[in-house]
Amino acid sequence: MGITFSDITSSAPLVSLVLFSFLTLIVESWGKDKPVLSYWVSLLGVGVSLALSFGHLGAGIPVFGGMLLQGGFAGYCNLIFLSSAFLTILLSRGYLERMECHRGEFYILILFSTVGMMLMAGALNLITVFLGIELMSVSLYVLAGFMRKKVRSNESALKYFLLGAFATGFLLYGIALIYGTSGTTDLVAISKLFPQLSHNPIFLVGCGLLVVAFSFKIAAVPFHMWAPDVYEGAPTTVSGFMSTGAKAAAFATFLLVFVRVFDIAGTSLSQVIAVIAAASMIVGNVTAVAQTNVKRMLAYSSIAHAGYMLSGIAAANVEGETGILFYLLAYTFVNVGAFGIVSIMERQDDKKLNFEDYEGLSARRPALAVLMTIFMFSLAGIPPFAGFFGKYYVFLAAVKANLTWLAILGVLTSLISVYYYLRLVVLMYFREGDADLDHSVPRRSMIALAIAAISIVVLGLYPSLIVDLTRSFFKI
Amino acid sequence: MLESYVPIFVMIAGGVIFGVVMVKLNEWFGPHRPNDEKLSTYESGMEPIRSARERFSVKFYMVAMLFILFDIEVVFLYPWAVSFKQLGLGGFVTMAVFIFVLFLGYFYVWRKGALEWD
Repeated sequence: MGITFSDITSSAPLVSLVLFSFLTLIVESWGKDKPVLSYWVSLLGVGVSLALSFGHLGAGIPVFGGMLLQGGFAGYCNLIFLSSAFLTILLSRGYLERMECHRGEFYILILFSTVGMMLMAGALNLITVFLGIELMSVSLYVLAGFMRKKVRSNESALKYFLLGAFATGFLLYGIALIYGTSGTTDLVAISKLFPQLSHNPIFLVGCGLLVVAFSFKIAAVPFHMWAPDVYEGAPTTVSGFMSTGAKAAAFATFLLVFVRVFDIAGTSLSQVIAVIAAASMIVGNVTAVAQTNVKRMLAYSSIAHAGYMLSGIAAANVEGETGILFYLLAYTFVNVGAFGIVSIMERQDDKKLNFEDYEGLSARRPALAVLMTIFMFSLAGIPPFAGFFGKYYVFLAAVKANLTWLAILGVLTSLISVYYYLRLVVLMYFREGDADLDHSVPRRSMIALAIAAISIVVLGLYPSLIVDLTRSFFKI
Repeated sequence: MLESYVPIFVMIAGGVIFGVVMVKLNEWFGPHRPNDEKLSTYESGMEPIRSARERFSVKFYMVAMLFILFDIEVVFLYPWAVSFKQLGLGGFVTMAVFIFVLFLGYFYVWRKGALEWD
C-alpha cells in the first residue's frame, strides 16, 4: 500500500484536473466577483487535462493500491467527460451572463463534477464507484439549481437531489449485499468469484440494486421520471452537461461493473437490462413526439438514447462495448451542441424554448440553423453523421448476442424519433416565422458549436478511428 | 466470521443494561418532589408547546452546515493521531494534503463572507 510517485504520474489527467479545480477555487475566493478569471482557469484546467489524456490511452494499469484504473478504457472515457466539460464551459459563459447569474462557482462545480466522472470511469473498487458517483451528483445538484432566483431551477435541483439521494440508497444497499456475499469490494476479486456467486440469490439482489442505481443515473425507464423536469428547469448548458458527461460516466461504470467484471452475457441480468432498454426506447421516443418544449423533447430523446446504448450492455460482447464507447463520444458532441443552441435561443424567464420559436430561423440565423440541423440529423441516426454509426454498432452487438428483437425494436423506435427531430428542421427551414436573436452570439459559443459539429462529421466519416482504439482496450 | 462480532454484541448488551439499570436506580432511590415545571417536556429552556410556523434566519442554517462540514472532517484527524507512529511519514503527507484541502474550503468560506454574522 501507500502512494507511489508512479501512481501520480499515471493518473496525471485526474490529478491535474483536481489541482486546477483547487486553483479555480482559490482564484474565485481571492478575486471577489470576478467570474471571468475562474472561467479562464477552469478552461485551462480542462484543456491541460484533455491534452494529458491523449497520452494516457495505452494499456490500462491499476493505481493507488488497485482502487483506480488509469489509461486505456478510463483514459478514453476521460476524453468524453473532458470534451463535454470543455464545450459546456465555453457555451455557458455567454448564457450565464445573459441570464444574469454569472458566478465563478459554476466553473468550480463543473470541474468537481468532472473529477467525479473520471473516478467513476476508472473505478476498480465499489467504494471508488460510490465516491465518484457522489462527487459527480452532489456537484450536479447544485448546478441544476444554479439560477437560484428561478423557481423552475430550484424545483429541478430539489427533485434531482431527493431522487438522487434515493438512488444512492439503492447503490449503497447493493454494494452492501455484494460485499456481504463476496467478502470484498474489490471488483477484480469479485470478478474471479462471479461464476460461483452468480447463482447466489442475495448476490443477485445486490446486482439488481446496482442496476436500479445506474439506470437512475442514465435516466432509463422506469427510473427516468426525474429527467424531463430536471433537464427543463436546470440552466440549459447544465442540462447538456448532465445528459452527456453524467450519462457517459454512469454508462462507463455500468460497462465496467456489468460487462467487464460480472460477465453477464446470456444470464438473467442481461435479460433484465434488455427489458429496461426496450422500455426506454419505447417510452422515450413515443413521449418525445408529444412535447412542445425543445428542452423536454431533448430530455425524452436522451431517455431513448439511454435505451439504445443499454442494448449494447445487454448484449455484453466486444461489439457492444466498443459500440457504446463510440456512441457515448458521438452523443456527447451532439447533445452538448443541441443544448448549446437551445441555450443561445433561450431568453430570460424560460422564453423562446418552444418548437414554434424556431420557425424560420434559417432566414435570419443560417449558421445556427445549419448546426442545429447537423445535430438533429445525427440524433436521428441519419448517415453520414456519427449518430448513425453509434446506433449501427450497438444494434449489431444486440443481433450478435441473439437479442434480435431488441435491435428490431431499436430500429422501429428510431423511425419514430426521426419525426420529432426533423420537425425542428422543417420548422427552421420551411416555415415562415420571425425566429431571431436579440443579442449577438459570442464567438466562443460559435467555436464550441463548430467543434461539436466538426467532430460529429469526422466521427461519422471515420468511425474506425475510434472503434479500432476502443477495441484495443478489450484485448486482455 | 460471526465470532469476531462478539465484542460488539457484548458492548451493545452492556450499553442497554447500563442504561436500564441507571434509570431504574434513580427511580427507586431518588427523591420525588414533582412540580409543573419539572413535569413538562424539556425543550432547551424554551416553551415546549407553541406554533412551529416561525421564520428562522438563513444564517442559522449556514452556521449549522459549516459546523457539521468541518466537524465531520476533523473527526478523521483522530484515527490518524492514534496511529501516528505506525503510519509514519506517508501518513503525515497524506494528512497534510487532507488538511490543505480542508483549508481551501475554509478559505473559500471565509473570503465569501459566510463567517460574518451581519
